[in-house]
Amino acid sequence: MPRQRKAIPGVDPKLLIKDAAKLLPEPSRRFFLRGAASLGALAVLSGCDILDGQTSEDALREISTFNDRVQALLFDPNTLAPEYPDSMITRPFPFNAYYSEDDAPEIDGDKWQLEVGGRVDNKKPWTLSELNKLPEVSQITRHVCVEGWSAIGSWQGLKLSDFLKMVGADTRAKYVWFQCAEGYSNTIDMPTALHPQTQLTLKFDHQTLPRAYGFPVKIRIPTKLGFKNPKYVTAMWVQNNDGGGYWENQGYNWFSGL
Amino acid sequence: MLNVLSAGLGDDRNETSERSEPMSVQTAAHLPLGIDAPHGVVHPIWVRVTHWINALAMLMMIGSGWQIYDASPLFGFAFPREIALGNWLAGALLWHFAAMWLLVINGLVYVTLGIVTGRFRRKLFPIRPSDVLHDLFAALRGKLSHDDLSVYNAVQKLLYLGILVVGVVIVLSGLSIWKPVQFHSLTSFFGGYNTARYVHFAAMTAIVTFLVVHVTLALLVPKSLRAMIVGR
Repeated sequence: MPRQRKAIPGVDPKLLIKDAAKLLPEPSRRFFLRGAASLGALAVLSGCDILDGQTSEDALREISTFNDRVQALLFDPNTLAPEYPDSMITRPFPFNAYYSEDDAPEIDGDKWQLEVGGRVDNKKPWTLSELNKLPEVSQITRHVCVEGWSAIGSWQGLKLSDFLKMVGADTRAKYVWFQCAEGYSNTIDMPTALHPQTQLTLKFDHQTLPRAYGFPVKIRIPTKLGFKNPKYVTAMWVQNNDGGGYWENQGYNWFSGL
Repeated sequence: MLNVLSAGLGDDRNETSERSEPMSVQTAAHLPLGIDAPHGVVHPIWVRVTHWINALAMLMMIGSGWQIYDASPLFGFAFPREIALGNWLAGALLWHFAAMWLLVINGLVYVTLGIVTGRFRRKLFPIRPSDVLHDLFAALRGKLSHDDLSVYNAVQKLLYLGILVVGVVIVLSGLSIWKPVQFHSLTSFFGGYNTARYVHFAAMTAIVTFLVVHVTLALLVPKSLRAMIVGR
């Protein structure tokens, strides 16, 4: 028997089941060239293994790593993502994940704790009520999905840079790694973590973050593609090694800056 | 003067770029750089090399672009996976953002040489509207001459110039989609993120349309294809 979908205010059920399968890898995806009829002639021209699946995939990933460095150079810590008026907020704001909204983590806010670790002075975990007492900032920015679509949302929470200072994070470390309740994970570069608009988000449109959007904590990064904005965050580590990420490990560009 | 005469007679001796050009008004402009075509050569080597690199880069950009489009179509259709490149979104993005370097670097070399050698000025200008109309009607009646491949008719001039402009538009609109925060002024210039996606798509459509016509005509006049491969 199908489960009854719980109505979430401001969320269109049609959008909730937005096909995340488009993002999902296929068993055959190792070979990015499969079905690439448009390159058939080139394969003949090359007459060698240059366009062979594994070789080209390795080469493409090398270039993607090079593109990470280029994007880090293009990233200006003082350039702000454009902000929009209330009237431009996308309603309903879409739910998007690699699972349906039914399968999204259901977290008990009273029991949940944010674990903080790695190169920080104070590793005490944070409760939701403690986080809610901290000074709030707000933004209305565009969420850009790697798929191409975008939506404007309104997010409130604390500046991640303030939080990192509060816990005594070593901001000379290279990365901040996030672990999420459903097993999703993400690593971002320190300059982005310290960007003035990077937010430890507790609210959407001035209401407690709904389950669809990542209750209890989402990291809102308007200078990164949507998949670099983890939801249902349970742990945050400041570290010098790249912890990778759910989509990044499957071939999506790591930096994915906007 | 011998060169001028022999070139006109279809001389196909081996040419080297070191060979001195006859001093005429037409050739004086490209003498100093020594990289423009020797006589009898329709397309100098740099045009041919950048042309085919561009063809390769374009195929990769268009094929992967179609796969990327399919992840979130702007219109009520998707491109068949068989003609797209990358197999899934991540693969297509890897191709797109790798081939972009080839496209842009090669494009910059081509445009720079086109300007400094004076080739663009000589080959593409002037474009007179009356000539365009005249040549267009002649082409439609099948009466347009291809005897001298080194001289473009007015319709060719317009299309080649037009596709250069479209090339600039597709690169800039692409940049504005890729970096709508860092290049937000550019994104605004294209009407914002969402509109820039349509501009990028429209430019792709223009290029694909041009390609269909371009390749068809090249196959109808095989010596033009030969000229782009061996130069003459």
